[in-house]
Amino acid sequence: MPPMPKGIRKPKDAKKTFFRILRYFGDYKWQLILVCLLVIISAGAGVVGTYFLKPIIDAYIVPMIGAQNPDFSGLFSVLVSLALIYLAGALSTYLYNRIMITVSTGSLYKMRMEMFSHMQKLPIRYFDTRTHGEIMSRYTNDIDAMRNMLSQSVPQLISSSITVVGVFSMMLILSIPLTVLVVVMMVTIFGVIKVVGKHSANNFRAQQKAIGAVNGYIEEMIEGQRVVKVFCHETESKEQFSHLNDSLCGAATRANTFANILMPIMNNLSYIHYALTAIIGGALTIYSLKQDMGIFTLGLGALVAFLQYTRTFAQPITQVSQQFNVILNALAGAERIFALLDEEPEVDDGYVTLVYATVDADGTVQEADHRTGLWAWKHPHQDGSLTYTLVRGAVEFEDVEFGYEPEKVVLNGISLYAKPGQKIAFVGSTGAGKTTITNLINRFYDVPDGKIRYDGININKIKKADLRRSLSMVLQDTHLFTGTVMENIRYGRLDATDEEVIAAAKLANADWFIRHLPQGYDTMLTGDGSNLSQGQRQLLAIARAAVADPPVLILDEATSSIDTRTEALIEKGMDRLMEGRTVFVIAHRLSTVHNSHAIMVLEQGQIIERGNHEELLAKQGKYYQLYTGMFELS
Amino acid sequence: MKKLFSLLRGKYLLMSILTPLLIIGEVIMEVSIPRLMAEIVNTGIQNHDIAYVTAKGGMMVVMALASLAFGALAGWTASIASIGFGTEIRKSLFERVQDFSFSNVDRFSTSSLITRMTTDITNTQQAWMMLIRSLVRSPIMFVSASVMAFSINRRLSMVFLIAVPILITVLTLVITKAHPRFKHMLKQFDSLNAKIQENLIGIRVVKAFVREKHENNGFEETASALRDAQMRAEKLVIVNMPVLQMMIYVCILTILWVGGKMIVVGDMLTGHLISFISYVNQILMSLMMISMAFTMLVISKASINRIVEVLNETPDIPDMAEDDTPIKDGSIVFDNVSFSYTGDLSNCTLSGINLTIHAGETVGILGGTGSAKTTLVHLIPRLYEVTDGSLLVGGRDVRQYRQETLRSSVAMVLQKNVLFSGTIRENLRWGNPDATDEEIVAACKAAQAHDFITTFPDGYDTVLGQGGVNVSGGQKQRLCIARALLKSPKIIILDDSTSAVDTATDSKIREAFKKELAGTTTIIIAQRISSICDADKIVVLDNGQIDAVGTHQELLKTNEIYREVYESQQKGVA
Repeated sequence: MPPMPKGIRKPKDAKKTFFRILRYFGDYKWQLILVCLLVIISAGAGVVGTYFLKPIIDAYIVPMIGAQNPDFSGLFSVLVSLALIYLAGALSTYLYNRIMITVSTGSLYKMRMEMFSHMQKLPIRYFDTRTHGEIMSRYTNDIDAMRNMLSQSVPQLISSSITVVGVFSMMLILSIPLTVLVVVMMVTIFGVIKVVGKHSANNFRAQQKAIGAVNGYIEEMIEGQRVVKVFCHETESKEQFSHLNDSLCGAATRANTFANILMPIMNNLSYIHYALTAIIGGALTIYSLKQDMGIFTLGLGALVAFLQYTRTFAQPITQVSQQFNVILNALAGAERIFALLDEEPEVDDGYVTLVYATVDADGTVQEADHRTGLWAWKHPHQDGSLTYTLVRGAVEFEDVEFGYEPEKVVLNGISLYAKPGQKIAFVGSTGAGKTTITNLINRFYDVPDGKIRYDGININKIKKADLRRSLSMVLQDTHLFTGTVMENIRYGRLDATDEEVIAAAKLANADWFIRHLPQGYDTMLTGDGSNLSQGQRQLLAIARAAVADPPVLILDEATSSIDTRTEALIEKGMDRLMEGRTVFVIAHRLSTVHNSHAIMVLEQGQIIERGNHEELLAKQGKYYQLYTGMFELS
Repeated sequence: MKKLFSLLRGKYLLMSILTPLLIIGEVIMEVSIPRLMAEIVNTGIQNHDIAYVTAKGGMMVVMALASLAFGALAGWTASIASIGFGTEIRKSLFERVQDFSFSNVDRFSTSSLITRMTTDITNTQQAWMMLIRSLVRSPIMFVSASVMAFSINRRLSMVFLIAVPILITVLTLVITKAHPRFKHMLKQFDSLNAKIQENLIGIRVVKAFVREKHENNGFEETASALRDAQMRAEKLVIVNMPVLQMMIYVCILTILWVGGKMIVVGDMLTGHLISFISYVNQILMSLMMISMAFTMLVISKASINRIVEVLNETPDIPDMAEDDTPIKDGSIVFDNVSFSYTGDLSNCTLSGINLTIHAGETVGILGGTGSAKTTLVHLIPRLYEVTDGSLLVGGRDVRQYRQETLRSSVAMVLQKNVLFSGTIRENLRWGNPDATDEEIVAACKAAQAHDFITTFPDGYDTVLGQGGVNVSGGQKQRLCIARALLKSPKIIILDDSTSAVDTATDSKIREAFKKELAGTTTIIIAQRISSICDADKIVVLDNGQIDAVGTHQELLKTNEIYREVYESQQKGVA
């Protein structure tokens, strides 16, 4: 089967990428050098082996024809050396392939690991601006292209080039005039490759476009199949599909025809070459037997060896031309992989850390080496002194301005102060900036120094990991991981005991349904917890936050996809979870927020109203309109 | 499988038969060339007969040209045959899926259907191409080259009797041993990808809980498992090439030694020795190609199976109406209806539903998540078949109508609705292809969509992206309602279709419905009590059963669930 050029994408800077890959395989430097040597031996054995036909026929077989007592010891010893060469060749083939497996699996492993751990360090911004499919394809398509290149193309390219050079030199040694014919053939072969290749590339591009159209239509219609049914639109969609499908058929047939005919053309051109060599070579051999022909002299053995060479010549040339595309494709893939690796990781120059703490009778805060239920911020100062501040959960915003893109301001002049243990709610339309505020608290995005303070400390000074450990989030879309229910809850705090996990589940009102699962807490969750209902998933997320037991809690639309009756069930768990913590609540539904200490109504990045439920109702402003249903959030 | 091959017909079948024939021609030419070469050496050079050399050489050129023609033609016919085959499969797969009822689609899932129609078809197409080209070519090459070798020298051919079985044994061993290892490797690939996917989806959770290290450790495990699996699988396969080389070399050495001696004593001619060496390559290489093609075929088998599965799936709801009776009116009667997605009555989603809706009534349906509201209304246009009991529309069982007749009278606005790429007008015309501009505007006005459409620079000719990405959720819902209205149906069902529309607009839509759809039965599923409180009848569903039916006032007094929902929404209005 001819390799399918899947819409060849050209690398931007092939040379630079190539050298970067080389550097990448530095660990395997010696193996790679060995591979090169072995490939040379493997290819060389084939080339040299064929050359042996000349002495064997010319010196050991033909002269002895009709001899009375033929002496085969000469033939035997030549064959023994040939056998040794062949053995070395076959062994080298095995060895270089074997080493290449180690090199390619090892370096791909290293590359995957590096990509993954680098990806973990990237800021949320990176994930916001790319689709999952796009990032996934770095791991699948691009790594695959690299794998093809490493395990097949590169060794084959080396081997083919050596074969071509070796064969050509041997041909020159055997007969210069016949080599002239080879050059003519080579020009023809390159011409054919160029013409067929050009047509093939054009047609493959057309095919790619047609495939895109067909696949797009399939996706749209299968995803909308229910709507198609409801509107009895089957006939129309079949007709339109048939149309697209037919044009794909035409384009694909043309593209594949060109791909298909290349091999037979090359193969048979080589036979034509073989035949022409036989005619000219035959004539030269006959004349050589009669008279001295100078450089035109050709023995029978030489002719036989030369003929063998003509058969081995065309294949590597064709291969090189095909592998070239594979390599270009892989380089383009490598470039995208490197782009991921070059992506700036989240900056973290914080030095304030989170530690367990105890409070002495006189009120001084001490660091503890075990869990005490209290935390403190350990704050080293420039003069070398250390201060400890108890974590209480006070959060302060001072005139914060922020935009995901510099020219598009999302938050404008936000100032707020959350006292420890307070429940602060944000209400507003999609895009008003509610989630952005919480994204700033846990530093998914950064704002300039001093604008946000946590227990009086500038949050940019706090180590990100420690800052986030002191906050817990429950998001609108609950994400669960493959693993047991127990493991999923424990995700909140990895050293939590089974008892602590169960206690957290009870707190979140999740214990009763977990016990009804087939294996209780050991039930495996797969595919993002698809075997649970939305409400159950939400409860697990709440339990997860509970087990983390942080001083500050962020609930981002945590109950929005649950109907109001189910929400009432969760509410109890939520209330218990929120007790004694500073809580930020983002909600679409007002029933979730009415008992907050303060409610902020956001519009277009600004706080337009603030106060508690009663105050805001009395104001008869936006909140009042929302509450009475005169206005609906979008 | 039979079904799959019945798609191979007409031109494509012809080309599929022609391809192997052309390839036979190519192979015969190819194996004859070394034979001619032997004659050139044996007769031409031996007798110093240049004319003979030229004549035979000329024949070789002609044969090579013929072989080229056959080969290129076979390449052409093979691509017509296999691409055509693929096209036919794709077409019938698409048509089959279009005929699927909701329950069929549930069984396969959308994404798996898409894979089957894209990747799997490409694989099958490639497999077919390989089958009619390589898998035909190699055995023929093997047989004809062997025949040639035997006809030249029986004794020398004995070498193949040793080399061929050894090679076959090694190749078969490698394939059978490697297959499970490759399967294992693919599984590891899947779990690696799943791991990455999971991480991408939950990246905020990972970061919020500072679990980067934890995730890295997990990934390292998966990645090294994959590395090891890959190593184990590929370690086996690489044995093939050196073993083949070794066998070729052993044959050549034996031929040179035995053949050389035979030439010297006059049992064989030099030219035959040369052709023999060519046959070694042709015979052993073809074995290698067979094993490679076989592996590819095994890999594509999974794709073929997945396609056949879809082709064999019969649409669950057959159209069996004998006559095309139009629907009299919009009355609906559920007569002791039960429904189960699995068809198993002991595990019912809906059970014992008795409900009468008169033509022109407005009915609200209320219930918690999972109370089967959507399932209930899906039965009306027969998107699912009732499992037990009967459902009458316009006084007649839904199974006695032609599906198209039924569904063009019952308009349904789905919960998860879809707009298609194209202009707004084109999307609206799904409801009625012959709708005039006035009708379209009227429908949009009723659905409160006209105002926002006219604010777009291109108005009704605004192009929507795939899935209607460039309109907001509320706008999308209103367009979907307008699209349904254009059917001028006898029954219209709104399945939570105004959830993203604000209350004011929502009530305007209901008002318009009352005015313009006076004779149309309207069924509204809603989360908000305000959306249904003025309905003629409200049905409270709980756990697949009707808990109560009544008006807003009645239910507030008598029904506990209704009251609870009402109160939960009063606390914070939404």
